[in-house]
Amino acid sequence: MRGDVADKLATLPPDEQRLLRPLVDTSPRFYLLAGALGLVVLWGMVAYSLQLRFGLGRTGLNRPEYWGIYIIDFVFFIGISHAGTLISAILRVSKAEWRRSITRSAEFITVLVLGFGAIQPVIDLGRPDRVLNVVLHGHLRSPLLWDVVSIGLYLTASTIYLYIPMIPDLAIIRDAGIKAPRLYRLLAIGYRDTSAQRARLERVIGVLAIMVIPIAVSVHTIIGWIFAMTLRPMWHSTIFGPYFVMGAIYSGIAAILVAMVVLRRAYGLEQYFKPIHFDYMGRLLLLFSLLWFYFTLAEYLTAFYGGEPAEMRTFWAKVAGPFAVPFWAMVVCCFVIPLVLMCRRRFRTPRGTLIAGLSVVVGMWLERFNIVVPTSVNPRWEMESLARYLPSWVELSILAATFAGFILLYMVATKFFPIVSIWEMKEGREQSVRDVAERVASYLPQPAASAAAAD
Amino acid sequence: MTRWGMVIDLGRCTGCAACEVACKSENNIATVSPDQADLGRAFAWMKVMTHVEGEFPNTTMRFVPRPCMHCDNPPCVQVCPVGATYINDEGIVGQIYARCIGCRYCANACPYTVKYFNWLVPEWPETARAYLNPDVSVRPKGVIEKCTFCHHRLQKAREDAQALGRELREEDYQPACAEVCPTGAIVFGDLDNPRHRVHALKDDPRAMRLMEDLGTEPKVYYLTPRD
Repeated sequence: MRGDVADKLATLPPDEQRLLRPLVDTSPRFYLLAGALGLVVLWGMVAYSLQLRFGLGRTGLNRPEYWGIYIIDFVFFIGISHAGTLISAILRVSKAEWRRSITRSAEFITVLVLGFGAIQPVIDLGRPDRVLNVVLHGHLRSPLLWDVVSIGLYLTASTIYLYIPMIPDLAIIRDAGIKAPRLYRLLAIGYRDTSAQRARLERVIGVLAIMVIPIAVSVHTIIGWIFAMTLRPMWHSTIFGPYFVMGAIYSGIAAILVAMVVLRRAYGLEQYFKPIHFDYMGRLLLLFSLLWFYFTLAEYLTAFYGGEPAEMRTFWAKVAGPFAVPFWAMVVCCFVIPLVLMCRRRFRTPRGTLIAGLSVVVGMWLERFNIVVPTSVNPRWEMESLARYLPSWVELSILAATFAGFILLYMVATKFFPIVSIWEMKEGREQSVRDVAERVASYLPQPAASAAAAD
Repeated sequence: MTRWGMVIDLGRCTGCAACEVACKSENNIATVSPDQADLGRAFAWMKVMTHVEGEFPNTTMRFVPRPCMHCDNPPCVQVCPVGATYINDEGIVGQIYARCIGCRYCANACPYTVKYFNWLVPEWPETARAYLNPDVSVRPKGVIEKCTFCHHRLQKAREDAQALGRELREEDYQPACAEVCPTGAIVFGDLDNPRHRVHALKDDPRAMRLMEDLGTEPKVYYLTPRD
């Protein structure tokens, strides 16, 4: 850190000092990790260029195993993206005051991971050069087109929803003059924190938070529908829309928890991500592990009880066949581990939630695998031969590069934007403590004496 | 209304696979290397499926030649995001190679798994290259292809009939598989035209269609064997 920047930082209030430090002070460890991740991304780009040159033959895909790692990643990453916007919007709308330090890091996950999710189907295309045909010759009856529309809308809405609540913080950085003055002058778009500006900002945030919820729900519903609208066994199911939305929120909460633990450690944010946050997020995770079990049971029991032969081939392939290992690993990761850990208060700590969160992230990836692959390799017509699927190194490299690319971009984002909302912390301190006390008082009946006086 | 369709008499099919071979040479179907075939990437627009019935030694081998079903209600056409797979006025389900983006959604939606994807740049043995059918476009890598009921033959037959100033007859337009079938198991024609054999055959008591319960309304009928 340069001396003049350090001096400027030292004159700021304590919240600003703590939360703006990562913007101007970067450790060698950061560069090392960023470099390593950058190498993985480069490696993935080499793999993709080979696929581009020689065709999808460089993957392990075949007939009828048409969709593999890329589509699994697509569903998985779009799922993770439900972390931010949805959680942050729901917490905002329900006036959950403990959200203040969490929302920004969650919203960043949404916007960044959404991009990585959205490019997966393009990577999966046989002719990525013709991707614009979706616009030029779009057929609205195709669920894939519904998806293009809803993801486009979601990316736009969640980017605006990330940016608008960040404006006051960008103005703070501009006024502090600690970094790239021109960039922040542009980004802060003349915000001066006057009371009129503040009132307008809060109104826009309120409207956005409500608007973004149905958009987010529609996105993963439609991804579920891509599968459900076909007649494939174990895909053609009405539960897929809600099942996918629930799973998306679940993996999103897990991703936020992991991010919170890492950020807390890396930037010393113990004062902002307190034990109470991990406790509350842990409870949310617990709730969703139970919901996950309920949906999964409903899905599999219905298929099993009907006993339709085509469905049963896929069913047994998952439960006791070639996919038994990923299937039961999914049950352990998505249900057993988070349930056992999160139902006890002493594990709803940073360490406990980290383990549960990682387990859910892995489990939800496996769930996407268990949806895409077993149905693909078990065609409906019993005379058709079964397929095998072994992902190639190209697919695995692109998988690794996607994860690395997301983490890298997230790291870089923390160097340009405060990952905890400064003005919302301040507002919480200065205003909400009083507002909440008044609000709680208003829930209660008036004390007997004053009620009598009112009569 | 013309509705092109096919009736395949399974009682007559000997499993000789002449239909498969005729289809391959008529439609410029690419040859894949043995290891690519092992991966499940071989092409066969028309494929003779086999099925063993009974316990050894009392077994019967059943053959089911499987072209595209050319459904009247095709699931592949519904899901295509760009309209690259379509159904025309005469019920033939076609594929526009130049528009296909290669998402393979249609391939996943087809319950009969008749859609084939060009995983690599298509290849032919050097000797076969000189004999590619000029009436059928070769496919680039990265697009879906499938049986077209030899649609190019219909265009030609129609032009010829027009030049001669007469109606199109059943024998004017036959796909390669039907033309070559040595036992006459594959019958092709207009399902709605009483002068075509398929019109009566499709109402034969032995006639059935694959997975009729899915509501896809295939235009390929099978006559179950008499034995």
